[in-house]
Amino acid sequence: MTMELTEIIEIIDECNNIKTLKFNLKTSAVPGQFVMVWLPDIDEVPMSLSYISNEAGITVERKGKATSTLHSLRPGDTVGIRGPFGNGFEIAGPKILVVGGGSGVAPLGPLVEHAVANELSVTAAIGARSECDILFADRLARAGAVVRMASDDGSVGHHGFVSEVVSELMNTQRFDRVYACGPEALLVKCVDLARSKGVPIQVSLERYMKCGIGICGSCQIDGLTVCRDGPVFNGDTLADASDFGSSRRTASGRRVGL
Amino acid sequence: MADITTSIAGLKMKNPVMLASGILGQTGESLLRIAREGGAGAVVSKSLGSEERDGHGNPCVLESGHGILNSMGLPNPGIDDFGGEIRKALEGGVPVIGSIFASDPDDFSELGRKMEGYGAHAVELNLSCPHADRVGLEIGSDPVMVRDIVKAVKSSLRIPVLAKLSPMVPDISVTAVAVEEAGGDGIVAINTIRAMKIAPEVGKPVLKNKVGGLSGPAVKPIGVRCVYEMTSAVDIPVVGVGGIMTGNDALEYLMAGASAVQIGSGVHYRGITVFREVANELETFLESHGYEGLGDIIGIAKG
Repeated sequence: MTMELTEIIEIIDECNNIKTLKFNLKTSAVPGQFVMVWLPDIDEVPMSLSYISNEAGITVERKGKATSTLHSLRPGDTVGIRGPFGNGFEIAGPKILVVGGGSGVAPLGPLVEHAVANELSVTAAIGARSECDILFADRLARAGAVVRMASDDGSVGHHGFVSEVVSELMNTQRFDRVYACGPEALLVKCVDLARSKGVPIQVSLERYMKCGIGICGSCQIDGLTVCRDGPVFNGDTLADASDFGSSRRTASGRRVGL
Repeated sequence: MADITTSIAGLKMKNPVMLASGILGQTGESLLRIAREGGAGAVVSKSLGSEERDGHGNPCVLESGHGILNSMGLPNPGIDDFGGEIRKALEGGVPVIGSIFASDPDDFSELGRKMEGYGAHAVELNLSCPHADRVGLEIGSDPVMVRDIVKAVKSSLRIPVLAKLSPMVPDISVTAVAVEEAGGDGIVAINTIRAMKIAPEVGKPVLKNKVGGLSGPAVKPIGVRCVYEMTSAVDIPVVGVGGIMTGNDALEYLMAGASAVQIGSGVHYRGITVFREVANELETFLESHGYEGLGDIIGIAKG
């Protein structure tokens, strides 16, 4: 897929330090796919799609140079978009649990909307540092999900980790599928929990990416490319992957701890 | 059944379809996957140098109308951190070739000795990367330098030494002869061709490095021509690479005189099973045209 230059058409302040940028996407996407976003003179970075209609969007937490540049953009500014890339979630129910931590909630927006539109019963457990960092609580509730929250400082929902909410939910309810995105420590916990209960789980991973199309190998975990074989992986695949929850590859290809 | 086994410089392969350097060759696990799941006849690692190197910044890969532009810039963890990757790749049971890059004969020899120590079955000298300073094409375009490097590495190693050459020279046969005269065991060609993409909307080159190398379908006719010319000038085996997507593409290279082929960009277009699929397509062609094996078709386009 060749790069398309496109204008930012809308910017939404989502919460503390997180903005959504909307733009026209020529190719249709499925929940869980991502795009490579080129910022001329700065960088090109992978971003999960948080909106997947023709008016697509990415939802970005300001962390480094590229994300700060994304936060400084105005409607009418031009970016380059390659994609959508990757596999996306396999959505099946009838009763699903969706788990997100921090800005990892971004790809879960379209997942929940798609699931509800297909008459699945959706419970969402989302967590962040504080109430003002919680992403998409209103959007997920509006879509029809039962939303449970957790915050590190106790300002909203459960005071503690979202994984604790997940554990409680899975101990008291039977889910047919679990989907998760966020910090890898959370994903490891979710995979362990779901597998211990025999519930199929899919998680979306993040790794340093270069090509986005499965040829350079920069984003590998155990020989699988996150950009093409993922970013969504089945829990069973990850349970056997020595890199999951423990290591990643740097720009040079050297394996280092997460 | 037609016989599609082949041999390059003593490396026996179950089929002539190899993984090209630079594609999914950064880790032992992905090389192993290309061998097992992909069905490649042999695999070549990412090019390794003496020091860790991040490569050029993003964007460093772009799809273009008829090919792929890349300016990876030889990212690698450094040879000393690559032994585990080669040993992992060896579990695949197919020949593992270690690609190396350096700027002088001594460094090439040192890298080659380390690859040999890790258990690689051969080394491939990168004399052709078109987008890195003081290495690759910058030395590979000088036949005297090519001769000195191949000679030095040959005298340091017991395993076969292949040289990967660039089409970006006035006469690639001259470089090929330099490799042969220096004792090289085989030639791999072609590498990518210097190229650029500009985004009119912002009036800038898109690749962070501005210049990259073009691969994929667009370069295939150039590669076929290079193989045809080189195999008329040297007797050592030539491995054809550039834009091979199908069995028919591979046949062009083989009929031009190549003893085997490599696939890189094709992994993007057809997925990692492209090796198995191209090998099957080759076999089907040989059978349906009454050929007994690859030996019947290699170089037949020369009449």
